[in-house]
Amino acid sequence: MNSIPAPTIEYGTLAPLLVVFAAAVIGVLVEAFAPRYLRKAIHVPLTLLSLLGAFALVLVQVLRGRVSTTASAMGAVAVDGPALFIWGVILVLSFVCVLLINDEGHFVASAAAVPGSADEEEAESMSGGVGHTEVYPLVLFAVGGMLLFPASHDLLTMFVALEVMSLPLYLLCGLARRRRLLSQEASMKYFLLGAFSSAFFLYGTAMVYGYAGTVSLPGINQALAVGASLDPLLMIGLALLGVGLLFKIGAAPFQAWKPDVYQGAPTPITALMASGTLVAAVGAVLRVFWVGLGNLDWNWRPVIWVVAALTMVVGSVLAITQTEIKRMLAYSSIAHAGFLLVGVMATFATPEQNAVSLKAVLFYLAVYGFTTVGAFAIVTLVRDPGGEAGHLSRWAGLGKRAPVLAGVFAFFLLAFAGIPLTSGFFGKYAVFAAALNSGTQPGDSMGGWMAGLVVVGVVASAVAAFFYVRVIVLMFFSEPAADGPAIAVPTAGTVAVIALALLVTVGVGLYPESVLGVADDAASSLFIR
Amino acid sequence: MTTHYLVLSGLLFAIGAMGVLIRRNAIVVFMCVELMLNACNLAFVTFSRQVGNLEGQIIAFFVMVVAAAEVVVGLAIIVTIFRTRRSASVDDANLLKY
Repeated sequence: MNSIPAPTIEYGTLAPLLVVFAAAVIGVLVEAFAPRYLRKAIHVPLTLLSLLGAFALVLVQVLRGRVSTTASAMGAVAVDGPALFIWGVILVLSFVCVLLINDEGHFVASAAAVPGSADEEEAESMSGGVGHTEVYPLVLFAVGGMLLFPASHDLLTMFVALEVMSLPLYLLCGLARRRRLLSQEASMKYFLLGAFSSAFFLYGTAMVYGYAGTVSLPGINQALAVGASLDPLLMIGLALLGVGLLFKIGAAPFQAWKPDVYQGAPTPITALMASGTLVAAVGAVLRVFWVGLGNLDWNWRPVIWVVAALTMVVGSVLAITQTEIKRMLAYSSIAHAGFLLVGVMATFATPEQNAVSLKAVLFYLAVYGFTTVGAFAIVTLVRDPGGEAGHLSRWAGLGKRAPVLAGVFAFFLLAFAGIPLTSGFFGKYAVFAAALNSGTQPGDSMGGWMAGLVVVGVVASAVAAFFYVRVIVLMFFSEPAADGPAIAVPTAGTVAVIALALLVTVGVGLYPESVLGVADDAASSLFIR
Repeated sequence: MTTHYLVLSGLLFAIGAMGVLIRRNAIVVFMCVELMLNACNLAFVTFSRQVGNLEGQIIAFFVMVVAAAEVVVGLAIIVTIFRTRRSASVDDANLLKY
């Protein structure tokens, strides 16, 4: 009998991940054993401290210069420079989102109760406005999945991470306290479409496994280097994997879920999805295409070219017709996913070129995440009697009634549009410059097409600027309605969130070197191949 | 030898995908997704035999666990929406659009 060798697990390297998952499990136990009136008092510090602790552990690895150069946990997880940067960004963004989640009134007291029934009233009166405290462990599980997703070094780990990230989010989407029907509908749509897309991802994994005989990303790349690269098995696998991944970042033509889900979900959860999930999913896309399919760039780059162009155009053009603020931000998020794909297109070829584009994408992810969270934090404050004032007509004249709030929101919108002196400008500039640079490299299969994509991107940005500016004009240059929405007094947490988002948006807009330098350090070590 | 199993797996996957697109009841749509996952499992086990390592069989176990977790979440969501609307039809849930 051969004995099974014990696997080696690098606990030190994986510590941030383990801390988040451990806290999530403890959170479940708290739900089971702690009395109702104590739960929130335990959950809030537990959640915030674990995210902070995980972030500190990431910092320790970076500052001690011990970024690992080999994959951990028997080749299942790769905690390399870019992964650590993405982890840091996700942890800070989710910390900020938890501060928003803490506010009372976002979550229903009993999701199982039929809206408007006596059960619901009773649950409401017993919970005292706190709502489901299960939200905290669910968020921690989702964050754990987000951390694992871009760090997965094989497709099985990636699939499991995808599900660990998505399943809690499906539930969280259905927990809004107001407008229960919309929230439940968003939850069901997200769930059915998400499960559908992950089945595609899995079948793609199966096909690639059949071709390469392994699901490890570097193993797949090696098999591509020697094998026939036009094997139908491989082509089908590549296409199905692409469907699964592009669905998660909301790229056209898989963007249909995004507006519905962003609108129906409780706004703090929308903020988490628009920032953390996007960062994690773009990280995973980068890793799969560069580590796993790097030898196949002749095949996938033209496809991603079309998807990126389509995503930017669809996101920008459809946003113009929106009348709901969260829906408009969702289409803006689709457009931004397109801009990020431009950066993904440029990450290939020589290591130097790859480091430049990777830096641009990482930088874009970081600054876009903060601006998004800030914008959604402001959306939570503008309220009608029945909940948040979603319709854009309700925002008319807000600049006269709440100049500071409207001013900050206008600033975030300008950052989305990419106006100079905001962080968004440098994000777009870095991504487009990387794409142009890649097109001029010898051996780039796309050549002049990269410049074409940048032109599409610039035109889409100009179209997008139109609807951002339209909202600003609406807020500042129209008369407020007599029965306009109330501006809720923000809690300390919400103020901190908006202040941090504003600080990053302005700070990076004035001194982009601050974040660019960190992104450069992270990107220069490249993904482990 | 293993081609037949792959063809069967492809057929099951296609039936599942078709079902998701054309069926109207959320439970049936969800069952079709599960059918797709099982088609994946069949493909994994077949390829495991073909390429001669055990990875595919192990993946099949992981997929079963994930599918079970998905059932928990999915049925919770569908039952809640059924209790609210007295209907599990995906066509009836049409408040969010454009």
